[in-house]
Amino acid sequence: MPFLPADPDVRKAAVLGVAVGIYGLSFGVLAATSGLTLWQAVGLSTLVFAGGSQFAAVGVIAAGGAPIAAVASGLLLNSRMAAFGLALAPVLGGRLPRRMLAAHLLIDESAAMALTQPEPRAARRAFWLTGASVFVCWNLATVLGALAGGRLGDPEAIGLDAAFPAGFLALLGPLLDSRAGRLSAACGAAVALALVPFTPPGVPIIAASAGVLGGLLARRGPEPHAEGFVR
Amino acid sequence: MTWTAILALAAGTYLLKGVGPLLAGGRRMPPRLDRVVRLLPPALLAGLVAVQTFGDGRALTLDGRSAGVALGAVAVLLRAPFIVVIVVAMAGAAGFRFLT
Repeated sequence: MPFLPADPDVRKAAVLGVAVGIYGLSFGVLAATSGLTLWQAVGLSTLVFAGGSQFAAVGVIAAGGAPIAAVASGLLLNSRMAAFGLALAPVLGGRLPRRMLAAHLLIDESAAMALTQPEPRAARRAFWLTGASVFVCWNLATVLGALAGGRLGDPEAIGLDAAFPAGFLALLGPLLDSRAGRLSAACGAAVALALVPFTPPGVPIIAASAGVLGGLLARRGPEPHAEGFVR
Repeated sequence: MTWTAILALAAGTYLLKGVGPLLAGGRRMPPRLDRVVRLLPPALLAGLVAVQTFGDGRALTLDGRSAGVALGAVAVLLRAPFIVVIVVAMAGAAGFRFLT
C-alpha cells in the first residue's frame, strides 16, 4: 500500500492511531451528549489519556452515578497499567522528565507495540512512536467529536470494537514462539475469562498476570528471544 | 462531571502508569524477578485480548465482535500484514452485525 509509510513499526503506529482516532470521535460525542463541556472532554483526553477508563467514567456520570464511582471504575480499568509499566520498566529508562513523559504515554497500544519487539532499542522506538501517534489522534478526535455532537454514527457499525483485540493478537504472535510464552498467554487468558463474571471490569486483566505462573512451570530450554526482549 | 473527578481520575491513572517507568525505569531486575517480568507480556496481552473479545461488562458473550476477532485470528495465522488483520476483523464484525 503505497500511501502508508514503509517502516513496519511506523505503519503499525499510524494504523493504531487512526483506529484510536475513530474511537476518540465517539468519545467526544459521548462526552458532549453526557453534559460535559468541551474543556472537560479535552481535560479527560489529555490528562487521563486512557480511553477505556474515560468511556467508563463518562458512562457512570451519564447514567446518573456518583463522581466517586466514576473515578473508582476508571481506576480499576487502569490498574493494568501498573503491570504493563513494570514489564516495560527495563526499556523505559533515562532521566526523570523522560520517564515522567513515558508514564503518561503508557497505554495498551504503546505497551503492546513495545513489549512485542525483539530487542530493547526497537521496543523504545515502538513505544514512543505509538504513544505519540495515539496521543495526537485521540486528542484531536476528542475535540472533533465533542464539537460534532450527536451527528456521528456508532463505531461498532464498522466493527471497530474488533479492531483492537485483533490487532493485539497480531502483535502477540512473536511472544508465542516459546513454550513458556504460550503457557503464560494461555493461562493469562483463562484466568481473565474465568474472572469476568465475578469481578468488576479491570480486575480480570490485571489478574491475567497470574498466567506467568503457568509459564514458569515450563521447563527452561534453549529459548530464542521469544519470551521478550528484556535483557 | 466535576473537574474534581476529572483531576482525581487523572492523578490516580498517572500513579498507576508511573509505577513501572518512575519506580523501576531503566533498572535491571534481579534474575528471579527478571524471568517473571519476561513472562508478563504474553500473560497480560492474552488476558487483554480475551476480555476485549468475549467480555461484555460482567458477562461473556459471542457476538459480531468475537466473530470479527476470530476472522482476524485466521488472518494472523495466514501471516497477513497488520493492517490486513485489522481490516479483516472490522469487516467481519461489521458484516456479522449487518447480517444478523
